[in-house]
Amino acid sequence: MPISETNSGKKVWQLRDRNQTLIRYFGYLVTVAVFMWCWKQISDSTTWYFVWDAPRIAADIGSRAMPPKWDYISELWVPIWDTLNIATLGTILALVMAVPVAFLAASNTTPSKLFVRPIALIIIVSTRSINSLIWALLLVSIIGPGVAAGLMAIAIRSIGFCAKLLYEAIEEIDTKQIEAISATGASRWQVMVYGIVPQIMPAFAGISVFRWDINIRESTVLGLVGAGGIGLQLQSSLNVLAWPQVALILLVILVAVVLGEWVSAKVRGAII
Amino acid sequence: MLQIEKLTKRYPTGDLALNAVDLEIPKGQVIALIGPSGAGKSTLIRCLNRLVEPTSGKVTLKGQDITALGARGLRAARRKMGMIFQEYALVERLTVMENVLSGRLGYVGFWRSLFRKYPQSDVDEAFRLLDRVGLLAMADKRADELSGGQRQRVGIARALIQNPDLLLVDEPTASLDPKTSRQIMRLICELCEERELAAIINIHDVALAKMFVQRVIGLKLGELQFDGKPDELTADVLTTIYGEEDWEATIEKVDDEDLDEAVV
Repeated sequence: MPISETNSGKKVWQLRDRNQTLIRYFGYLVTVAVFMWCWKQISDSTTWYFVWDAPRIAADIGSRAMPPKWDYISELWVPIWDTLNIATLGTILALVMAVPVAFLAASNTTPSKLFVRPIALIIIVSTRSINSLIWALLLVSIIGPGVAAGLMAIAIRSIGFCAKLLYEAIEEIDTKQIEAISATGASRWQVMVYGIVPQIMPAFAGISVFRWDINIRESTVLGLVGAGGIGLQLQSSLNVLAWPQVALILLVILVAVVLGEWVSAKVRGAII
Repeated sequence: MLQIEKLTKRYPTGDLALNAVDLEIPKGQVIALIGPSGAGKSTLIRCLNRLVEPTSGKVTLKGQDITALGARGLRAARRKMGMIFQEYALVERLTVMENVLSGRLGYVGFWRSLFRKYPQSDVDEAFRLLDRVGLLAMADKRADELSGGQRQRVGIARALIQNPDLLLVDEPTASLDPKTSRQIMRLICELCEERELAAIINIHDVALAKMFVQRVIGLKLGELQFDGKPDELTADVLTTIYGEEDWEATIEKVDDEDLDEAVV
């Protein structure tokens, strides 16, 4: 009991009594012990020679990468344009597919809670749980290497993300507005257009630019597995140890990502 | 015009919200529905347009049995019952004009409503109503830019553009300040008189109700306790509806001189 009484009748208050305090300290002890044991396991399986060597190697690669090979940029314009296109078109494609899935998944708009909703939720979970690089690997072997595979990979990966956030927005709408529109004698679809759509528009716009922003970053690596974009140049430069080219590619990616973040921040600011 | 026979609603939780309510309302009569929270006032008016499905009983509007209608028939019947809400229930991100025109949704097709291509006659009527409620200048504003009283006026215009026979009004003044409350009540009652509309107004403020309506219905625990003229609401009657309390201030005649004009 946090509140106790001393012999003199004075009331004492503590956050925890002695037993609770002991249990907590024991908990801390176990946590520290587990951490140290894990550290030991990792340490045993590490070749420490390479780790001690790391700063020297890093400095070596760094010195070879400097300065970036600036005239290589002429070969990067097309791939970075491809990368942006993969991200943008992939996001649009994903949204087209995510909107119906979201309406089927939201418990207040789904036609059937027992049958349709679980299917929609499975679509959301399965597309979300597989990384876009793995989708790209699969799609490259199915539809061949190139931008199309990357675009599809980004689109599929984004369905779950967009649909999940959108259906949560649908479930949180103000039901009074729905009631009011229904009371005018509106049909089911009219209630959707007048009651639900205006309420989820800000969420929809926010989700779209947020996902687009993520997709720019994701599409820069898709080329590593042959799915188009700037990753292809990155991989071939790495393979021939052309460090100045790698430096320039990383710089270009950085600029693209920062630009994407800036645009999405502006757009989100304008909507809300 | 409106007959309610043995209307009963039992919620799935087992609560009996309405217990065999009988009521008849002639054309053009405005009634106030009073009673403590949880008495079933909201449930009663929502059972009339079946936003809440009644468990049993019958509702007849102009000879048509509302309770027996299928989905399509119900939509047609709802057009004849305008509804006004406590928190206005406007679509916040649409403009005032879109909100008013949404009262015509039962009359126009899906594609016309999607692209906002309402018939010119509807648009004319919307402008006329906005002028009547004093919001003509606000037509292009978004609903969430308006004050509470202004929003409720939009809500009234939306209900009236349906060209209803009956208004269902759920706590129209509960979110408004005392002066705006009176203005809104006066506006509703004036419009009902102009158009010979019947109205059922759920209201907590007994004194306010007495100022404007011709008939008062008292509901307690889903049962009708009182049905009469506002003057017949004595302290005893209020005690049976609400319970023991000093009712003197509520039943004393309110002087109408200090009231303002209907529309500011």
